[in-house]
Amino acid sequence: MDTGDTAWVLASASLVLLMTPGLALFYGGMVRAKSVLNMMMMSFGAMALIGVLWVLYGFSVAFGNDVGGGWLGDPFEYFGLKGLLGADHLVGTLPAMAFVGFQSAFAIIAVALISGAIADRAKFGAWMVFAGVWATLVYFPVAHWVFSFDGVVSEVGGVIAGWGVIDFAGGTAIHINAGAAGLALAIVLGKRRGFGREPMRPHNLPLVMLGAGILWFGWFGFNAGSATAANGTAAVAWVNTLAATSAAVLGWLVTEKVRDGHATSLGGASGAVAGLVAITPACSALTPVTSIVVGILAGVLCALAVGLKYKLGYDDSLDVVGVHLVGGLWGTISIGLFATADAPAATDGLFYGGGAGLLGKQVVAGVGVMLFSFVVTWVIGTVIQKTMGFRIDEEDEVAGIDQVVHAESGYDWGTLTGGGGRVAGSPARPTDARHTSGTSEVSA
Amino acid sequence: MKLVTAIIKPHKLDDVKSALEAYGIQGLTISESSGYGRQRGHTEVYRGAEYTVDLVPKVRVEVLVDDVDVHDVVEVVVKSAQTGRIGDGKVWTQPVDDVVRVRTGEHGPDAL
Repeated sequence: MDTGDTAWVLASASLVLLMTPGLALFYGGMVRAKSVLNMMMMSFGAMALIGVLWVLYGFSVAFGNDVGGGWLGDPFEYFGLKGLLGADHLVGTLPAMAFVGFQSAFAIIAVALISGAIADRAKFGAWMVFAGVWATLVYFPVAHWVFSFDGVVSEVGGVIAGWGVIDFAGGTAIHINAGAAGLALAIVLGKRRGFGREPMRPHNLPLVMLGAGILWFGWFGFNAGSATAANGTAAVAWVNTLAATSAAVLGWLVTEKVRDGHATSLGGASGAVAGLVAITPACSALTPVTSIVVGILAGVLCALAVGLKYKLGYDDSLDVVGVHLVGGLWGTISIGLFATADAPAATDGLFYGGGAGLLGKQVVAGVGVMLFSFVVTWVIGTVIQKTMGFRIDEEDEVAGIDQVVHAESGYDWGTLTGGGGRVAGSPARPTDARHTSGTSEVSA
Repeated sequence: MKLVTAIIKPHKLDDVKSALEAYGIQGLTISESSGYGRQRGHTEVYRGAEYTVDLVPKVRVEVLVDDVDVHDVVEVVVKSAQTGRIGDGKVWTQPVDDVVRVRTGEHGPDAL
């Protein structure tokens, strides 16, 4: 057991956990004022439910010994984290529990990311059911494929990890996975009422900027923490994360300036997230300079991709597809092009004389996870829609989901009369004393 | 008595208030409003999606005046609110039946 490694991974776990409240702010600011609470609650709901499922069986499905073919970990091996409490149970140089905690935050945010595709219109109960089923059938297995290496936690790990695909911190397992799921759910639930006709402007861009800032901050734990050690690999991942993200902000802003005439704050925040997504799988395989190249291209590609939904007619409300699926695919594929043996991953990509072998593997892994996630998510979403109903009534959607589903409003606009309401149980107003009411208390 | 209502550009509010004070008007009511005339609105872009915001922020000024002062007050408002560019606003007048000062109960012109 190495105390330095343990300290860094526990700190990283906390950084990554903060990303989900950051995501809640990022998403919350992007929706209309009448939906802000529901948008944020979908992220907080994911934290609550997945935190429990991870302890019960999620970790075991992801990191338990493979039950066959590299597709699934044994759900009973570490059920309830049994056998992992002892200080002698190590994962590399870490106490197993530090690794359990670190990976839990990944499971949580993967689920929360999907919510951006279905803003304003999903029943909260249905979302929570979806979150649990999706984590069980999609995320935990895919995390096993990608993150479980032979002999690290268990003897036999997952198929993608064992195949020599490079996905340092979850471009496939988190971003392609959540992006494809977002697309499937957006199709199952259908468009928001008035999509493409009524303005659905972000109600609070400072919240979006704050959320993006917290995501960026937390992402250093996501990427540099994925070294699972306090070492040179972590440092390279940290610097590459900075380089790509900064470059992606520039890429997105320049694209906007050329296309729309304005560089916007929403574009800056979105560019940061696009860069973070793209560098996630690649941060151990690139140089800082090629990280800049990958980042700029991520900013440009994702800025162009967010327009797809209008052309193709699906309502991916907050661009989970345009940012996470496209950014995740680009980052995963970019490794096949730009990977260099000088970086910690020690593999050459196409442009460094490594041939097309790695590129082919990266494409297959990315597309494979995308197809699996899309199909299974579509089935889960459709079953929920047909049984308990996934979408709220049209009337409720117009009134605002916060009021209808949570019985709250995000903001008290501070009207003089406090909105004219009364606390339930307080005395009612005196009887109406107008002339028409027939009382004689008021003289004309 | 008449009610003079003016819809003006927000940045002209100080000029209009000062001009009315200089003319001798004792009181007025200000409210934020929005709308459009021939000016229409402006365009905003969010992740490449263009939104036309067709309601323009304006300020509504309401002044109660005696009949003899109406033309002068309208003229004062128009002069002080004018920039000569599109979207300067409108001023209109309406007859008022009665006005009561709440503090004293005075009615009519005495209450102005």
